[in-house]
Amino acid sequence: MSAVPAIELKGITKTFGDVIANQDIDLSVYRGEILSILGENGSGKTTLMNMISGIYYPDSGHIFIDGEEVLIRSPKDAFQYKIGMIHQHFKLIDVFTATENIVLGLTDGRYDLAAYEKRVQEICDRYGFNLDPKKKIYDMSVSEKQTVEIIKVLFRGADILILDEPTAVLTPQETDRLFDVLRHMRDDGKAIIIITHKLHEVLSLSDRVSVLCKGRYVGTVVTKETDEMKLTEMMVGAKVDLNIHRSDPVNPTPRLIVNGLNCKNEDGIPVLKNISFTAMSGEILGIAGIAGSGQRELLESIAGLQQLESGEISYMNPASGETEDLRNKSPRRIRELGVRLSFVPEDRLGMGLVGNMGIIDNMMLRSYETGRGFFLNRTAPASLADQIISDLQVVTPDAKTPVRRLSGGNVQKVLVGREIASAPTVLMVAYPVRGLDINSSFTIYRLLNEQKEKGVSVIFVGEDLDVLIELCDRILVLSSGSISGIVDPRSTADEKSLKEQIGLLMTKKVEDAPATAANVKAAEAAEAVEAPETGKEETERE
Amino acid sequence: MSEVKKPKNVREPLFHLAKRDNLSGKKALLIRLSAIAVGILITCIFGFLIVGWTPLDILQTLIDGTFGTSNRRWDLMEKTAILLCISLAVTPAFRMRFWNIGAEGQTLVACLVSGACMLKIGDKVPNPLLLLIMLVASVAAGALWALIPAIFKAFWNTNETLFTLMMNYVAAQITSYYVYIWSVPKGSGHVGIINSTTKAGWLVSIGDKPYLLTILIVAVMTVISYIYLNHCKHGYEISVVGESEKTARYIGINVKKVILRTMIISGAICGLTGFLIVSGADHTFIKDSVGGLGFTAIMVSWLAKFNPLAMTFFAFLIAFLGKGSNEITTLTGLDSSFANIVTGLVIFCVIGCEFFINYTIRFRKKETPAAEKPVAPAKTDEPEAETETTEKEAQS
Repeated sequence: MSAVPAIELKGITKTFGDVIANQDIDLSVYRGEILSILGENGSGKTTLMNMISGIYYPDSGHIFIDGEEVLIRSPKDAFQYKIGMIHQHFKLIDVFTATENIVLGLTDGRYDLAAYEKRVQEICDRYGFNLDPKKKIYDMSVSEKQTVEIIKVLFRGADILILDEPTAVLTPQETDRLFDVLRHMRDDGKAIIIITHKLHEVLSLSDRVSVLCKGRYVGTVVTKETDEMKLTEMMVGAKVDLNIHRSDPVNPTPRLIVNGLNCKNEDGIPVLKNISFTAMSGEILGIAGIAGSGQRELLESIAGLQQLESGEISYMNPASGETEDLRNKSPRRIRELGVRLSFVPEDRLGMGLVGNMGIIDNMMLRSYETGRGFFLNRTAPASLADQIISDLQVVTPDAKTPVRRLSGGNVQKVLVGREIASAPTVLMVAYPVRGLDINSSFTIYRLLNEQKEKGVSVIFVGEDLDVLIELCDRILVLSSGSISGIVDPRSTADEKSLKEQIGLLMTKKVEDAPATAANVKAAEAAEAVEAPETGKEETERE
Repeated sequence: MSEVKKPKNVREPLFHLAKRDNLSGKKALLIRLSAIAVGILITCIFGFLIVGWTPLDILQTLIDGTFGTSNRRWDLMEKTAILLCISLAVTPAFRMRFWNIGAEGQTLVACLVSGACMLKIGDKVPNPLLLLIMLVASVAAGALWALIPAIFKAFWNTNETLFTLMMNYVAAQITSYYVYIWSVPKGSGHVGIINSTTKAGWLVSIGDKPYLLTILIVAVMTVISYIYLNHCKHGYEISVVGESEKTARYIGINVKKVILRTMIISGAICGLTGFLIVSGADHTFIKDSVGGLGFTAIMVSWLAKFNPLAMTFFAFLIAFLGKGSNEITTLTGLDSSFANIVTGLVIFCVIGCEFFINYTIRFRKKETPAAEKPVAPAKTDEPEAETETTEKEAQS
């Protein structure tokens, strides 16, 4: 570590209207170290980084590079100071190769693709990236795309790297690989800033941690001298119980039986292959898998939003005891059958809610048809809105403010609140805590547990394996549209080996088999080695 | 921090933009009104340069041309009403994010149908029945003209913008054809005033005010539109489909049905407008019976942010500018494009002012020793403290 910081911020303030995103922030990073920036949602992490990379201009404050004050007015200026930022959302051209994307926009010298490819390969070898420079982007996995983004800034000679939540889209194995690469880069003398809200990653990777809280700078600690509890306390400003309470399922009975489900997407590519499982009442069934393994399609199939190729979805009505066939029925038909199915989709503002409408009008989405007349009745939705605002402590100016103006956590509270309000018997949630801070996340876990204890069959699609393991009663693992195993999170005492097991299942290739019941059983029996719980599951079904 | 030296070669930009979060309704209204005032001021200066009149003269003529006589006042009201009625027609479709730019054609076919009824059965049925037939036929024609692109959109997801635009040309050609066929005298290319002696199919006037009925009908339609869009289940479905088709499907709205129904309504109101134009004012039809109002209405609807009540104001503003500047061209012998330029200038200011509603400009602070320690001004500190406490409450 050199004595002069590679980059130093002093008294940085940035406001958006009345909202103070950053206030009086001091920060420094040295060459040859990894600094984590930790903070809840809306604590101003990304805003701060955007000011370093020239996207925003600070209202006041000073930025120093190698001890010299600089002004960063545009991304071009940032590049001149060798600052490179890797954003959460990739900015790549699908039909180009890795190299073509990397050199895109460079204006120096001749366009010699072979020479560029060689330089890309050199960078890969130097830091241990695994990338084929000639591969097209559309053939790449998410982690490969991220690699391209990182090499893009390295190629341009960046030696101060900023990564905005790089692990959000990666499997545990891919995350480990990324961290290895980042350590290589650190040893090479680069200054690295990583934004994250996953505490265990902070602890395993970084040298120092700077914590932000509500736009203010809380402090910086050396990673070795701290632990999860202390960091959480700094981040939230109060002690937080980080344990998820899990009760045993009470009297579980089959609620939803899915058998041999097959489904193709718009391009005719199979996205669900031969999916069979049973969701029980009073349990939380977790669904794990790499993003895009069919989680969305599975939930949408059950909710009546996907056209199925084949398969059955049966719902056991606890009130009447009858079995309803939900296959290829519209959400309205399903509701009319008396099936109380609630669904919290992944895309909250694009599907679950209408961003430009207020909370009251969003409550009405589920209930506007009730009442016979031609006119809307806003009285009941208004009182439901008030109730959710007070019960779930939604922070909003009023019930009419467009929900897109609320923070991510509050948006999710509104959506989950509405879906729970209809007293569901099956509750499906997709990535319910994505982008939420610790407090909001735990509110959501608490709500899911409450529903489970009421006897609701909860289906939980998650990405954080730690949470899935702590919260769920069973975990179903999807791998490119097939079930690659069902894991009992209680069975193994060692959480690390359980995570490894799920991680392997997530990438495991499942043989395509015709959708007959016998084959399903055979496939599941084969997995019973890894997932002993499957056998029990099988007998329950019969 | 005080020993910090500013780098010599780089300077802080003179100003930068910051997004406003919540501008109070009053302030926003003030900005918009001043934008209109600025627009009219520019018009006056522009007029001074072209015509050589003093700005005061120009202002005087604008007002005189629109409010000068009783006839002018009624004419202004009628123009406002017709423009408003077409604006009301496009609005449900726009709220659904269905870019119906075919109001021109939908209205024109209704004009044609109204005129045809007057010509062909004007002397065969009693006047009240004739008016009823004309109304129903016009509304049906407008609705049909809108339904065709809607069907293609709903079932095959064709681009509605191009489709509705093309339908305008079809309507124009059909109308030209019939104007030629029915022209009086034959081959003159003019239908002329229809039933000028019997006045069959002419909208009855209340008292001696010829346009009063038209104005009343449009006023009622405005209120109905407002209620339909904001307080009815249909209006709610339109908003949901417009905001996000995915959300609409998620809650089980039949998106196709809503698209078809809404476009029928949109076309039907265009049909009503066509009837009002022919029966209430023109008593004839030509290829240019609608005269581009179908496109001006799009602007009115957008300026009013799809709110029928606010559209009343913007329809009035545009009718006022058009008519007032026409007076100037008549008196000075200028080309009629002058009226378009005036309207364009004012609307440009109105749209341009949205920038100041969304953004505020911050200038570089003067460098004084006191400014060395940058702290947010005391004013912004207060609301910040408030939000902080509410957040804390939320967490506890």
